[in-house]
Amino acid sequence: MTAMEATNEGPRIDMARPRNGVLAIRLAGTWRAKDRLPDGAVVAEQLNAGPRVERLTYDSSSLTGWDSGFLTFLQKVESKAAAAGIAVERSGLPAGVQRLLKLAEAVPERKGARRTAKSDPVLAQVGKQTQGAMKQSGAMIEFIGETTSGLGRAATARAKFRRSDLLLLMQECGAQALPIVSLISVLVGLILAFVGSVQLRQFGAQIFVADLVGIAMAREMGALMTAIIMAGRTGAAFAAQLGTMEVNEEIDALKTFGFPPIDFLVTPRMIALIAMMPILTLYADFLGIVGGAIVGVTMLDIPLAQYVNETQAHLSVADFAIGLVKSVIFGVLIAFSGCMQGMRCGRSASAVGAAATSAVVMAIVFIVVADGIFAVLTDRLGL
Amino acid sequence: MAISNDNEAADAAIVVEDLDMRYGDFVIQRDLNFIIREGDVFVIMGGSGCGKSTLLRHLIGLKRPARGRVLYGETSLWDLTAEERQAFLRGVGVLYQKGALWSSMTLAENVAMPLEEYTDMPPAAVKELASLKLALVGLAGFEDYYPSEISGGMQKRAGLARAMALDPKILFFDEPSAGLDPLSSRLLDELIIELRDSLGATVVIVTHELASIFAIGTNSVFLDPETKTMIAQGHPRQLLAECRDPRVHKFLTRGEPDPAGSSTMEKVP
Repeated sequence: MTAMEATNEGPRIDMARPRNGVLAIRLAGTWRAKDRLPDGAVVAEQLNAGPRVERLTYDSSSLTGWDSGFLTFLQKVESKAAAAGIAVERSGLPAGVQRLLKLAEAVPERKGARRTAKSDPVLAQVGKQTQGAMKQSGAMIEFIGETTSGLGRAATARAKFRRSDLLLLMQECGAQALPIVSLISVLVGLILAFVGSVQLRQFGAQIFVADLVGIAMAREMGALMTAIIMAGRTGAAFAAQLGTMEVNEEIDALKTFGFPPIDFLVTPRMIALIAMMPILTLYADFLGIVGGAIVGVTMLDIPLAQYVNETQAHLSVADFAIGLVKSVIFGVLIAFSGCMQGMRCGRSASAVGAAATSAVVMAIVFIVVADGIFAVLTDRLGL
Repeated sequence: MAISNDNEAADAAIVVEDLDMRYGDFVIQRDLNFIIREGDVFVIMGGSGCGKSTLLRHLIGLKRPARGRVLYGETSLWDLTAEERQAFLRGVGVLYQKGALWSSMTLAENVAMPLEEYTDMPPAAVKELASLKLALVGLAGFEDYYPSEISGGMQKRAGLARAMALDPKILFFDEPSAGLDPLSSRLLDELIIELRDSLGATVVIVTHELASIFAIGTNSVFLDPETKTMIAQGHPRQLLAECRDPRVHKFLTRGEPDPAGSSTMEKVP
């Protein structure tokens, strides 16, 4: 094949005017898309130069090969000719080329189908973006309302959903999250202890590593790390599940059977995550303290009993309570982001991916902002 | 049942009045006016992308008309409250294009769910009834399968079993034969007719499957994507024989110059 191609000549074109008002285009050699094909401008130049051309003819008798690249070249030539009101005679082209060109023209372009890429002036773009953002926040507020009234119905036992669904979801976002939560929280405990020990050792105050790790895990890191894990794990899963259901028309099917999708899909997910988050957080707190103890006992030579005593002495129920309150709020935010992005998903595979991504991003932003607000609040309230 | 159908033949099940359909500012179809009578097998046909499925979504109250009304008897769905509309829609069964079975439930649970929710039947009776409905569509023994474990054709039939769960008076089908082989598609057609006759239901089908259209359709409306409105209505066979609109004619003959079995056809210029 390569040998043959090597002997093939590239595309050649020359033009002549055999009679007055006629431009004859001679096409020779191979015309393939991968070769560097001349563009229509060569012909346009010829059309514009010299006296007026009435008719265009082709001669392809020395043409040795062609593919779709040849067709696009011809289309360019012919659109230039059409624009100048010049008749084109195709009888000189290979029969296959003539048929394909005819096929491409068989269905005229649908009016208004082509998307014109017109760029708006800056002000208009700002306006459109603002309108879009307004619409988005409107949709978000609407969803907050729907979700809240859904939870209200669930609280008064008027919501329709399957108990087995709820239990399954609780297992999914509770028990099944344990391994990853364990890993991350032990590591966070270790890291905190290491970072603290570097400074505290200078004062011979290694024992305060226990306080540092205990308080940091209970008040802050336990809830925050669990929330971030759950946002990536469960928030994305919620969005993808609901998005896929939207794509499969399952949500439409729920609506036509009179099952409100909010009650049926969103409420159990909200309840499951809100119920599981404090439990997971408490578990993460404990494992983080274990992680700190590992460093304390093995690297800082603090006896285990002393480490435990120190932790117990300086860690109050209030510290855990603050972490747990946060974890509930984070649970609401994660479940809300996941469900909202899933329910607002478009009807394609890529829309599902986009929904999952924005669910995670939205959840993490919400979590960090909420945590910041908490930090200020607890400081002001002296908690 | 067939006799009562004849008596009620003049009654309108669904009336569509001056319906405009839009997505945002984009007009899908406008000025739709037609009547679906009780006992009809009403076909909504037209080329790809003309808004057939969108029309179906309007008929079953999933989308609000941009203008005009969809009347069930005397009532418009959108004059009702959300609860009333949901109650009303229980009298309607829909088979979606891909079956739309709830993927987290087995076939039996799918069929049983509407029954559990809207009837007072004891669990054992619900289970039996779900099995019966599955058996009616030829899926006896598949009660405990999940939708992802069965073929596309079976999913559709299971979707039909679910659509019939509450013995609806009107059954909607969105492209029932899409993705089915010709034989399964014909069996589904037969099933639809059988159900219509035995349940005394009205059937509305969105399809562009010519074989189905001629085999089971008793009335139809043709949507045109170019002019964005309906350009013909009537019995499909009659349309084939009499409709002089070249677009309709071309569609019904697959654009073939001289189709077999339509010798009564007149030449359309």
